Order: sequence, then C-alpha cells, then structure tokens
Amino acid sequence: MHVSSRSYLRKAFRSAISLFSLALVFSSIVLTCSQPAKALPAFARKYGLRCSACHESWPMLNYFGQKFKDNGYQLMNDRDAPIWQNPGYWPVVFRITPIWHRVSTGKVQIDTYTAGALDGGQAIQRISSSGFDLSGLDFHTGGTLEKNISFYLLPSSDSTGAFHFEQVFVRFDNIAHSPWLNFKLGRFELDNLLSEKRILTLTGNGGVYQTYHFIPFGDGNSFGQIGDNQLGIEYMGHSLNDRTRISASLVSSSDGNVGLTTTANAYTGFFTASQAFDTGKLGVQRVGFYAMAGEASTYYLTSGGGIPILGSGIGNKGFSREGFVGQFYLGPHVGLTVVTQHGADNVWFGQGYGNAEASDGNGGTTCTATPCPPNNVPGTPLPAGSQAPSWNGVTFEGHYIYSPQLIFITRYEAERMSQQANGNICGGVACPSNLGNISTYTIGFRYNPFMTSRAGLAWHNEYNWLHQDGTGPANLTTGALTNINTGEILMGLDFDF
Amino acid sequence: MRITLGKWSLLLGAAAVLALPLPSWAQLTEYDMQTRIGMESHIGNLAGHAKDAKGDYRRYCVGCHGELGDGNGENAPWVDPKPRNFQLGVFKCRSTPTGTLPTDEDLFDSIARGFDRSNMPQWSTFTKQQRADLVAWVKHFSPRWTGEKPGTPITIPPEPEVTAERIKAGRDVFARVQCWKCHGVLGQADGPSAATLTDDLGRVILPFNFAEGARPKCGDTDRDIYRIFMTGLDGTPMPSFADNIKPDEAWDLVFYLRTLMSQKSKEKEMAKQLALKPVDPNAPAGQQ
Repeated sequence: MHVSSRSYLRKAFRSAISLFSLALVFSSIVLTCSQPAKALPAFARKYGLRCSACHESWPMLNYFGQKFKDNGYQLMNDRDAPIWQNPGYWPVVFRITPIWHRVSTGKVQIDTYTAGALDGGQAIQRISSSGFDLSGLDFHTGGTLEKNISFYLLPSSDSTGAFHFEQVFVRFDNIAHSPWLNFKLGRFELDNLLSEKRILTLTGNGGVYQTYHFIPFGDGNSFGQIGDNQLGIEYMGHSLNDRTRISASLVSSSDGNVGLTTTANAYTGFFTASQAFDTGKLGVQRVGFYAMAGEASTYYLTSGGGIPILGSGIGNKGFSREGFVGQFYLGPHVGLTVVTQHGADNVWFGQGYGNAEASDGNGGTTCTATPCPPNNVPGTPLPAGSQAPSWNGVTFEGHYIYSPQLIFITRYEAERMSQQANGNICGGVACPSNLGNISTYTIGFRYNPFMTSRAGLAWHNEYNWLHQDGTGPANLTTGALTNINTGEILMGLDFDF
Repeated sequence: MRITLGKWSLLLGAAAVLALPLPSWAQLTEYDMQTRIGMESHIGNLAGHAKDAKGDYRRYCVGCHGELGDGNGENAPWVDPKPRNFQLGVFKCRSTPTGTLPTDEDLFDSIARGFDRSNMPQWSTFTKQQRADLVAWVKHFSPRWTGEKPGTPITIPPEPEVTAERIKAGRDVFARVQCWKCHGVLGQADGPSAATLTDDLGRVILPFNFAEGARPKCGDTDRDIYRIFMTGLDGTPMPSFADNIKPDEAWDLVFYLRTLMSQKSKEKEMAKQLALKPVDPNAPAGQQ
C-alpha cells in the first residue's frame, strides 16, 4: 500500500474514533440527563404517583386527574389530610419555559423615512423577529388544608418578573360526605372541560383557545373571556366515579381583574354539565355543554373631564356564550376534543361601549386620559344601523398519545361572525360579513425524556398560524380592509420542579 | 508498574465481560414474563388481555409496582405499606380460600376499590375493559398463574337479621379466636401481639384499627368483612378462620366487629343499649 494512502487511512481511522468518542460522550450525557430527577411536584410527591397518572401529558389532565381535582385534590383515602404528610412537605412547584421562537406578523403599519427623516408617510409590511426568550414564571401551591378543605395559590409573573395572583381559592369539598356538594371561593378557572390553563401549546396565539376569547371587531365587552381566571364562587358536583359532572359559577364581570375596576358592578353565571360513557376498548367518552350568561357595564361615571372613576360601572347590558363539549377517545392513543360556541353581545357592546379600560379591556390599565373608550351616558344615541353582534365558533383539538412521554398535538379553530354590529364599526356602512373571522391551526409535540413523580420536563415544539379577516391596517391606496396573517414557531424546554 | 494501552484494553474487556450478566439477568426476568404476555382474564363476559394493558400499567401503576411488577417502583421507598409484589402471586383480598390464587373478579374489584390506608387509589375512572386488561397484566408477572388455577370462592350464606344475642355471641367468638391479641379488646389495634407483627417478607405490619374510622382494605360491606376473616389476608399475619368459625358464628362476629367501628351502625346502637362490655382476655373460655 502506498504510504500516503496508509497515512490517509490512519487519519480517517482517527477521525472515526474521535467521532465515535464524541458520540459516546454525547450519548452518555443524554442518558445521564434522562435519569429520573429528584424534584417533587406537589401532588405526585404527596401521593407517590407519576405525573402520567393524572396528566394525559402534563399539564393536560386525564380522566383520573380530573376526578382527583374534582375531589378537591384528594384521592379520597386516609392520606388526604395534611396531618399525614411529613412536616417537611411543602406543596410548591415552579414552572418556567426557556424558549426560542420566531414570530412573523403580516400587515404592520410602519412609518416611512426619506433621507433619514420621517416623511409623514406610512407603509404596510410584514415584520418577522426571532430569538431566545423566556415564558413567565408560575409558582403553583395547592393541596388540602384539612380533609375536604382544599386550596390553590398561584402567584404568576410575566416574562419580566412582574407578579400577580393568577389563581387563589379555597374549596369546601364533599360537604356532608356528598361528592355533589363542593363550593369554591376565589379566583379560579371556570369549569372548562377543555382547560385553557392546562393547554398543551405555548405560542402567543396557539397558547390560548380563540373560541374562549373571541369578541367581534370593535366590540367593547370586556368580559365573556371564558379562558381567563375569574373572581367568584363556584358550586360543583359529581358522581363518585366522576362520570357525571355539573357546576355553576357566579363571577364578577371584571374578567378576573382585582380592585373592583370599572366593570365590577355586574355578575355573570357560568354553567356546565357533562356525562361520560364507558365504551369498552375505545375508552371513556364524555359529552357536555356549557352556558355563560351575564351582564357588564357600558356606562361609567367620570371625573376630571372624562376619566373613569373606578368601580362606577353601571348601565349593564347582557351577553351570552353557549356551546357543546365533547371529549372522544379512539383507544388509548387517539383523542379528540371538540368545543363549539354561539356567542352574542348586546348591541351597545357591538358599538364599542363597555370597555372603560385604556387598551384591551382584558387586564389593561384603566383609562387615565381622554379620549377614553365610548361611554354610554344617559341620552347617548345608538348609531344608525347598529345591531347586536353574534357569531359561532368551533375548536377541534386532536392528540396522538404515543406514550405517556410523547404526545402530538393538532388544533384547528374557526370563529365566524353570523351578524355584524355595523353602525359606526364600519363607518356607517354595513360591515363585510367576514370581518373579524378567525381561522387558526396549531401543530406540535411534547416529549418528556423521563416520567417520574419527582419533576417534569418537556421538550416542546410548536407551530401556530392565525388568519383574521379585515382587521389589518387599511390598504393605503384603496382604503380597503386587509387581513392579518401571523405565524409563530416555538421550541422550548418546559419544566417544573 | 507501567500499564500499557494493551493492558488497559484487556482490563476494560474483562470488566465488560464480567458486567455482561447484570443486564442479561434483568432481561431474563423480563423475558420470562414476556412468555406470559398472552395471559387473559375473564370477568363475566369480559375478556382482558395482558398485551393491551402495557400502556395503562406504565402510565398509572409502574411508579409503585415497578416495571417488573416486583413492587420496586421508584416510589416504593417512600410508600408505606409497600406496593404489592405481583411476581409472588400472593394477594390479600380474595374470595378464595387461604393459600390459593384469587379469582379474576377479585383483582378486578380491587383495582376499582383501591386500598384505604395505603397509596393505592380507587381507579374507578378506568373502563371495565381497561380493568380487565390490567388484571391479565398483573397475572402475567407471576408463574403461579400458569401452573395453578384460582381457588373456588368460599360460600357466604345469606346475612341473618342482627339481634342482641348475635352481637353477644359475636363477642364470644372475638374472644375465643383471640382477635383481641392483635386488634385489641376495643379493636384499636393495640393488642399484646400488635407490636410484633410482620408480613411474609419480614416487614412490620399493623393490625386493622376498627376504631379509627378507616375502611377495611378488602371492602367495607358486611359480606366483605365476613370474607376477610374467613379467607384471611395472605401474605400478612391475618389468618383464615374458616376452620375455626362456623358460618353462622361468622355473621355473629361481623355484627360484633361493627360495634367496634367508629362509623354509625345499628349494631353499634344495639351494643350501646346493651351496655356491652369489651371482651375480658382473662375470663375463662365461654364466660365473657
């Protein structure tokens, strides 16, 4: 053999060895990192169950987890009361998600420059940005104060570290030893079978259910947000095996905002009922309905020349949301959840009245300077052609559960206006029938490299695309309404400890 | 001594060869179970298949009972009482005589009922098919199920009407078969032998405390209680009294045990009216 070719072979062999060594080291690291961690998520630690016992894929509950929650975070055995716990037991879990994501938003109106100076012109273009980022931080604490008295406290921050109380409640469970008598008081998620607070997706638009939050374009109803945690009281009852569930909540129409804000002087009722059926090898199927009916203020007293006075909301007008929910399983691996909604707002909401808060009416700051959103003061005329807006929506969310450690998620949501508000919303003319319609889909998967009762880690990957008709900036040439298209791709490590 | 690369290789090779049996031993155990993956269960018209329960077992059970069903899941060190070792094929809650295998229905009911005073919850959310499949999966862990058949369930006669005489007779049975030695004269698990009890694996075990309000592990109906002391709790010091207590006497004992429980019952009311005293361990036989 020629010397140079032998030398080449030797080099190639060394390279192969190096690559093999690197692969070995990498594999070792991966395998080492895949060993069970030693953290103790609160409930799993208390009862010695793996995350997968209660979660289809953390944080989404499965049927057993739902029953556990409905029993007041109790397994209904003698280990429920905290007196049974080691005195060192402290039911705290934190959750945060370092991520990389790329957001692409179409139709953003921007300033134009000429020779380095603002020229007063406008243009419309797509903006795409990407980078490493953080989610907010959640501190979950929950459990039992005593047998059949449970609690939950969730201080939560945004990604900058600004904290608020996302969820706080005390619940009296199984009153008179009956699973049909449970009462909760505080700030909590409404009894949604498809829980937004346990959503499996994390992007800006894919991390919420559009069906739970949809309001027509220009609508001023600051409430009707089924997905947000609300302040109020809840009655909940269920059969022993949780096949039958009913609940009724009375909440302040403040969208969960504390401090008796301008929209606080009104109440909303939320009702759910569902029944599950044993269908043999297919699994347990559940069907149910929900209905929300309430009022929210459209008129607030002002001082200082039109600045709203906190807690002065009056002139209540009505709204409603109702729909069906189905949770279907095709065996142990395939699940499909369907939520429908018919929504309707009072005609005044349709014209933008009701929102006494500066920006979005959903946790935004109170308007402190004029012009504030429209105020339905006595004698205010209803714009000509106004009509009560109504719409229909549907959410399909499918899961393929390969194993407790790997789940694939897909979701399609459609929100369709059935009656536009018209009036002033489209400048005195009839609005396009599709104005504000939303279509969005999300796909993704979550892989948990380990599954223990100690900690949770999910490698999360997701793509969301959202389209909304007519809500983009007006075409600068023709003045026609434009559509919004946004897309986001996200990858992250979602962990709790 | 200078160790050359060749010697290092030899040493590593030898270590690798010595280490080989470790994983293969575990694989053999798993292989052994794999031969029983075709295990079935039959509950009424329902047929359960072990192979269909693997996912559910991994999701719900493996944390305590372990991948190999040996009761050594990751949570086992923190759980008391310890999770069941399915490989032994020994079960507390049976309708069958002591020493025999339980019926499929026994295991099926145990999964849904759960075990009070343990970490085993009530898995009532499962479909019947899931439970039947899990029963077959539990069976596939032990070779006992391939070599033996379940015992024949004991016959439980119809429950008679409770009377004051029967409660008093039950107290006599309680004294005669010396239930008090473990459970205490008031059923408070403080009998003279209570502190000495261990299970078949040598682990400390406590007798049932009738007075604390807990549910008996194997069910809390009168028939369940009857069944418990007539079949015994295999693997524990609680024996079967089938040879010592006649069926009619067994019902008397059930009624008396109800008087020791903290839960409200007509037996408890009647005992109160009778001003029934606890058994006297020192009283001569038949003179309670």
